[in-house]
Amino acid sequence: MSQPGTIVINPSAPVRQRAERNDDERKGLTLISAPFFYALILLAFPVLSVVAHSFWTQNYLTIDYSFTLENYRVALTEPLYQQLLLRSLRISLTVGIATVMLAYPMAYFISFYGGKRKGLLLFLVTLPFWTSYLLRILSWKIILGRQGALNTALMSAGIIDEPIASLIYNSNAVIVTLAHCWVAFAILPIFVTLEKIDRLLLEAATDLGDGPLLRFLRIILPLSATGIVSALLIVMIPTVGDYVTPRLVGGSEGIMIANAIQSQFGRASNWPLGAALSVVTMASVALMSGLVVVVIRALVRLAR
Amino acid sequence: MRMTRAIGRYWLAAYALLFMLFLYLPVLLISVFAFNNSAVPAFPLAGFTTKWFGTLAGTVPIHQAAWNSLKVALFTAAMSTVLGICVARAATRYAFRGKQMIKGVIMAPLILPEIIVAVSLLIMMLRLGLELSLVTVAAGHVLFCLPYSISVLVAGFDGFDRSLEEASTDLGETAFGTFWRVTLPMMMPSIISSLLVAFTVSFDEFILAFFLGGTSPTLPVYMFAQLRFAAKLPAVLALGTVILVVSILLLIVAETYRHRAERRVKFEGN
Amino acid sequence: MSSHAMIEVRDVTKRYGAFTALDMVSVDIREGEFFSLLGPSGCGKTTLLRMIGGFDSLSSGEIRIGGNSMQDVPANRRPTNMVFQSYAIFPHLDVAKNVAYGLKRQRLGATEEKRRVDEALAQVSLGHLRGRMASQLSGGQRQRVALARALVMRPKVLLLDEPLSALDKKLREQMQVELRRLQQSVGITFVLVTHDQYEALAMSDRVAVMFGGQIKQVAAPQEIYQRPATRQVADFLGGMNFVDAKIGQVEGNQVSVETAAFGILKVQTPANGMPGAGKAVLGIRPERIRVLWEGETAKDVIAGTVIERHYFGEVTHLIVQTGEGHAPLTVSETNDFGADDIPVGTKINLAYDRDAFVLMSE
Repeated sequence: MSQPGTIVINPSAPVRQRAERNDDERKGLTLISAPFFYALILLAFPVLSVVAHSFWTQNYLTIDYSFTLENYRVALTEPLYQQLLLRSLRISLTVGIATVMLAYPMAYFISFYGGKRKGLLLFLVTLPFWTSYLLRILSWKIILGRQGALNTALMSAGIIDEPIASLIYNSNAVIVTLAHCWVAFAILPIFVTLEKIDRLLLEAATDLGDGPLLRFLRIILPLSATGIVSALLIVMIPTVGDYVTPRLVGGSEGIMIANAIQSQFGRASNWPLGAALSVVTMASVALMSGLVVVVIRALVRLAR
Repeated sequence: MRMTRAIGRYWLAAYALLFMLFLYLPVLLISVFAFNNSAVPAFPLAGFTTKWFGTLAGTVPIHQAAWNSLKVALFTAAMSTVLGICVARAATRYAFRGKQMIKGVIMAPLILPEIIVAVSLLIMMLRLGLELSLVTVAAGHVLFCLPYSISVLVAGFDGFDRSLEEASTDLGETAFGTFWRVTLPMMMPSIISSLLVAFTVSFDEFILAFFLGGTSPTLPVYMFAQLRFAAKLPAVLALGTVILVVSILLLIVAETYRHRAERRVKFEGN
Repeated sequence: MSSHAMIEVRDVTKRYGAFTALDMVSVDIREGEFFSLLGPSGCGKTTLLRMIGGFDSLSSGEIRIGGNSMQDVPANRRPTNMVFQSYAIFPHLDVAKNVAYGLKRQRLGATEEKRRVDEALAQVSLGHLRGRMASQLSGGQRQRVALARALVMRPKVLLLDEPLSALDKKLREQMQVELRRLQQSVGITFVLVTHDQYEALAMSDRVAVMFGGQIKQVAAPQEIYQRPATRQVADFLGGMNFVDAKIGQVEGNQVSVETAAFGILKVQTPANGMPGAGKAVLGIRPERIRVLWEGETAKDVIAGTVIERHYFGEVTHLIVQTGEGHAPLTVSETNDFGADDIPVGTKINLAYDRDAFVLMSE
């Protein structure tokens, strides 16, 4: 998105950037080495050690380093963990779809009707996302509780006599809370792809006879497909491993795999099992993401 | 056809309004109940009071936790911005092998499930024999905030004409001189924005602080612990309100400053 | 302008992987001359300019400035200064501070610095804007600031990378005159890169025409235009009628050629010498053929029929078919005598100048 009035960058710059292999590479690699190694040490190595631990056994306070697949057997076949994992995947998929459906019209509104206030609107929409995650979940706990804001508001308005117990402490509460927390984040990739759509394409379509609905279905939707996929992924992947939401509003029906993982590092003190669960979770997330991408691509191709 | 367009537009605008309400309402409710004269956040409202805020002033652990959060957030903001500048510059200026892969590794924390990041760090730190403390929390926060800083800084570097640095060199400046006299001033809005964003994200961050913290809790961790006690809920809400207001103010400052200064360095018209 | 070489480019080559941007380029640029590098996008002209300035390294070859090799001299220590295509004006500084930027390191003292800045601003007629913020300047004003900023450094060579391409036509023509005037008053060597032929012809003492990483011809503007060395050069500068010709006898620096339309002509050998296998091309510029009006006579005449007419305001181009199998001739006439009124299909006579024919290598 280039703004009017910005300086024209030298058009032969791309040729030059192909250049100076040694010099450029050296400078670039030196610059990026510190942060890269930081990320490597604090991310890659820890992840590797998680994977390593998943093959070991913990006896009280000591670790038995003999290779074993026992942890994976437990993680994959124990009905409890299966249930939690499937529930987590189901919840994250639902949240993903819900946030995309909620976010899309908003992103559309800002991109096509935002005019000069686009930046401001985008900022206002994403602002809540930067604030405390914990507080946002807490607010839903307050709203959905048995004696919470929603119930008491409905009761004092005389709409219901008894508080609705099923608002909270189940997976629905988790879904609603997560959707609310992540919808702002989902707007960004969709907005970016919508912005990239050349408005002249729409004018051309109108010129060729398409009405607003057709324009949307034939041009805007397909061209924003990558944004939709990105939004789905950036919401689904983190929510699978969410810990705080199920803990605060999930009750016993809504706990997710992250809670099981955390307990292995707390009271249950079985790191290898926790590690195996983590690996299984990551693999499932990767699989699910891959599936989502494949499905959406197929849908886009079908639409043609 | 124009009429359907107009109707469509109004429906969309209405949706946008409802959307904003939906987005802000839960968080506004916290503030409402923080001033509510009742130990239970429920309707109908029981009258205005500031006593819950009063309790905050007297509770020492809150001050401790706030101070801890502040220390961690300040360090994280600085570190994450400095490292972010290196990455943003390398990413936008130079082409080198493995660029995509390296970028992927650095940006990964943004989309990995936080529990995985937290657990992995926990394992590694404990195995290395490190004692969990604010230091370990800060280390985790820098990792987590780095992608946010990078996003802000890359946008700043991208809009920055490369010829400006060449012009400075052409006029006789050394590499450091160019950085100090041209690059840094031009990047200042993005740098400040990055500092503020990283600070806010770190200040509000819960999971990493929860897993990697030792005996001194950060503010979110403290609040989480207090949630166990129903009686403490209004005080927590009051604290939450303060945190929300401060965060939002900081973010607004970050955005207005960045926006205003950005306009200063971009050319208008012609 | 002396005949002493200020910049010596010797067998300079630049490779980016498999792509060769500059191929064994050699040229001498004289002290005090206005020298242009002209060519289409991608011909290597900007690369060569940047190498003179020190912003790109050489794959092989040598560049000397003022007699000194620039081998290990970085850009910030060369006796050159550059005006970038995007002007590269520092947006966070005002005009005066922009111009003074390079002087800071010299620690001249406040009064001397101010004097130099004012002097440079006066040279580009921007004295009245010294306090204006860079972000509030128009394109033309920014360009002058870039010029002043470079000139205040008193370089031996001023390098200009397509300085006028971002300006609109009127302003461009104005600046062309001003740049030329400026160069002559300051007296230093200017090296200008452009893809605009008219710009190069209007401003330069000499022009180097480049294609595909090679310099095809270096000469004064008139020479380049009237006696292009190759078909490529001819095509790039102005229109050209290419005439089928059989090369005959070579006598010294003259060649006999046999043409179907114009009979046998004696022309000068091509500027780069006779090409080996005898592959040469004959051409005549459209404006060297003119319409022979009623009652006029001329030494050399050719008859034809107008098959197309294109009106351009100042001139009209007539496409004339002269005979079976001959390529149609393009004739360029100014409209003061009514060339724009000649109907298509008219049989007309054309007068041409024998000496205007030029033989070029392929």
